[in-house]
Amino acid sequence: MTQHPPVRTYLLVAAVLAVITAVEVSLFYVTVMARFLAPLLIVLSAAKFSLVVMFFMHLRSDHRAFTGLFVGPLAIAIAIILALMALFGAFVVARP
Amino acid sequence: MTTPHEAVIGSTGLDHRKMGVWAFLGSECMFFGSLIATYLVYKGRSPSGPTPHEILNIPLTSISTFVLLMSSLLMVLALAAVQRGDALGARLWLFGTPFFGMIFLGFQVYEFATFVREGLTLQVNLFGASFFVLTGFHGAHVSVGVVWLLTLWTLALRNRLTRADALIVEIAGLYWHFVDIVWIVIFTLVYLIQ
Repeated sequence: MTQHPPVRTYLLVAAVLAVITAVEVSLFYVTVMARFLAPLLIVLSAAKFSLVVMFFMHLRSDHRAFTGLFVGPLAIAIAIILALMALFGAFVVARP
Repeated sequence: MTTPHEAVIGSTGLDHRKMGVWAFLGSECMFFGSLIATYLVYKGRSPSGPTPHEILNIPLTSISTFVLLMSSLLMVLALAAVQRGDALGARLWLFGTPFFGMIFLGFQVYEFATFVREGLTLQVNLFGASFFVLTGFHGAHVSVGVVWLLTLWTLALRNRLTRADALIVEIAGLYWHFVDIVWIVIFTLVYLIQ
């Protein structure tokens, strides 16, 4: 069986997740950050996603085959989202 | 022949059940990817309201997001308890995890009911259709997880969940954490980036 992290690590990861969530919600209300809000939130969300996958789902310490089984389809899903958004003009910025 | 909870190791040296669950979660990535893509493509294209800016309740959803995140912590604590043979801890955390899941579902039911009262339904506009389908499917996944975890809790109560069964708890945990990470994405893309 794979060696899983100690309980202390789980508590630390949960604390970091809670702090990141609090930062995300705070950023939402800071109007001066509006221009950079989307990229900032995506980075913070990706950090939370990675923490859960690496520590709670143990992909950091588990066999690499599991990482492949998960990250491969995840990459396809992200590619499909970006491709569809591009096809439907979601990235086009209207000129004034 | 293997007993129900015996490890099923294949030529890869890995347990088949765990491989199967990871493959399933990979397919779920594409499932939710398609729903998220639909929501993002339709975003801002509704000819009439209610719009996300008018209707989404960020403080309420922030609390439910926090609850779901903490349920993931309880899930790993449950797994750790089963792995070290701590029956009391296993019972406690295996109840706490679905309990937090039910709190999350309660928030979602309240949110849906409020939205419908305020005029947002599946049929009213593109936002309503894509929002309810995306978050509704996520809620359905949480419900399945709640039932699954309550089943494991019942086994723990009957002393039928031992250290040898840690893998079945780990597999349920993988599903639960997946539901959590899907919500992490939905919370950012749907609620915070409006």
